Amino acid sequence: MIHARGLTKRFKVKKESVEAVRGIDLDVEAGQLVAFLGPNGAGKSTTLRMLTTLLPPTSGTATVAGHDVVTDPAGVRRRIGYVGQNNSAGENFLVRDELVHQGCSYGLTRSQARRRADEVLELLDLQLLAKRKPGTLSGGQRRRLDIAMGLIHLPPLLFLDEPSTGLDPQNRANIWEHVLRLREEYGTTLFLTTHYLEEADSMAERVVIIDHGEIIADGTAEQLKSELAGDHLAVTTHDEAGTRKAAEIAARIAEQGEVTVDGTVVRLRVARANAALPAYLRSVEESGVKVATAEATRPTLDDVFLALTGRSLRESEETA
Amino acid sequence: MTAEAVRQHRIGSEGRGIGMKFLSDISNVFVREMTPVLREPLGLVFSMVQPLLFLFLFGPLLGGAGEFGGTSAWQWFVPGVLILMCLFGPMMAGYNLLVELMGGSMERMLVTPVNRTAMLIGRTLKESLVLLVQAVLIIALALPLGFQFYPLGVLVGLALLVVLGVGLGGLSFALAILAHPSGQLFYIVTQVGLFPLMLLSGVLLPIDFGPTWLQVAAKINPIMHVADAVRALFAGTFADISIVYGTLAAFLVALLGLVVGTRTMRRGI
Repeated sequence: MIHARGLTKRFKVKKESVEAVRGIDLDVEAGQLVAFLGPNGAGKSTTLRMLTTLLPPTSGTATVAGHDVVTDPAGVRRRIGYVGQNNSAGENFLVRDELVHQGCSYGLTRSQARRRADEVLELLDLQLLAKRKPGTLSGGQRRRLDIAMGLIHLPPLLFLDEPSTGLDPQNRANIWEHVLRLREEYGTTLFLTTHYLEEADSMAERVVIIDHGEIIADGTAEQLKSELAGDHLAVTTHDEAGTRKAAEIAARIAEQGEVTVDGTVVRLRVARANAALPAYLRSVEESGVKVATAEATRPTLDDVFLALTGRSLRESEETA
Repeated sequence: MTAEAVRQHRIGSEGRGIGMKFLSDISNVFVREMTPVLREPLGLVFSMVQPLLFLFLFGPLLGGAGEFGGTSAWQWFVPGVLILMCLFGPMMAGYNLLVELMGGSMERMLVTPVNRTAMLIGRTLKESLVLLVQAVLIIALALPLGFQFYPLGVLVGLALLVVLGVGLGGLSFALAILAHPSGQLFYIVTQVGLFPLMLLSGVLLPIDFGPTWLQVAAKINPIMHVADAVRALFAGTFADISIVYGTLAAFLVALLGLVVGTRTMRRGI
């Protein structure tokens, strides 16, 4: 569905050339749900804008839905849907009028577009708002309208740029419900950016992480977590001598990173905590050290980002 | 309609002729822009408040000053009011585009297969139509005041106004695109540029009243030439050299506006 090779975008900012996206290679098969993750300014939106023909790449190629974004942008546009970061309905227009216009923009006749508009209004629970202006809608309703606009022509591939940003948890869950149903019913390929790590973690079957314009990780959330971050074990002993002993044993079994000691707490990373924890506890007890508490935690995608870049994704967000 | 029907349609629509698609794109954009006007036709009158105020609160002052350029004050002033509308209408069109650029609706449209140039033409058509309707309203209101109606002259004059409006619309759209995303450039240029253009076009008072330097400055303002031409036409005169200059000026602005507008649109936003 998406095949990008060496996709690059350079901007001129105050006479200096800034490379926003640096030679991205990306393949997305039909039917996948891919979350594109990264801090602000990492190149997420720029990549998305190139794939949706809004921005010509400086170099590299991309085939989207079977058509080249540079040589056949019209062919791409006909087959993709795009839900941008901002609201896509004009302020002076009625909700249903905008949907009909959107349908006609994809070549539907006016009567076809009207029927489709009513269908997507129903699909996204917007029937009662059909005659309203977008400005009178709540944040969640506006976002649903944006998605309805992106769906009017039933695109085989839908891009969503931060679909749930700025919404409360209830509305976020609601948006996701609609997005996932879409996929179930029509097999739509979904490519979305988000900076809610939990969302990418629980919803996407594939996570692509971008930082400084380069893809630094690509896989299922589970793969990335166990390969790049690993599980965390934290074991507390009763005294410092015991802690030293426990740390020595930990150094032998820890697979990645280092063992840290903090007071009477030993922390280490292992690939699979559920298997490693019993064995580790047994070794520690055998050496004559009593364990007070033991805890195993699964890593988050933030841990993955931290392991890859040395920065926390959340911190990057705040300082960006 | 089933999903399959829409899919079939997508495949089918690819075979449409390029010319057909271009025309239906224009009509699609035009219909979108017209719909709010048709839903709330009163808005059309509200956007005319400024020219109406000029007509009723400024016009009578001229009437008190006697004759202008050999005709009655109304004959002289009504074309000026129309030129005013022609200046401010397209500015609003550009402003509306800027608002859509700063929101997400323009971006949404740019991802659809709608032709870029068609987007520009569709919007311009709507502005022209609105301008025309407003001009007819102004003329109708001026009739009881003593404005003499020469049908053929008025028709040609209105055509000239539309041509000028198309050009100014194109320039205004280009400016909005260039000003995006902050919008500052748009406000600066319209504030700094529009008023001199208006004052130096002699729509409020005859330029002849002013000193020589002002008259020279007005001569290089294409709007003044269009204003003069429309005045001559509205007075029922066709044998006036100002009409040639005015027509040339109007078409020059239209050409400039369309070329600059389309090029800016194509260069990407």
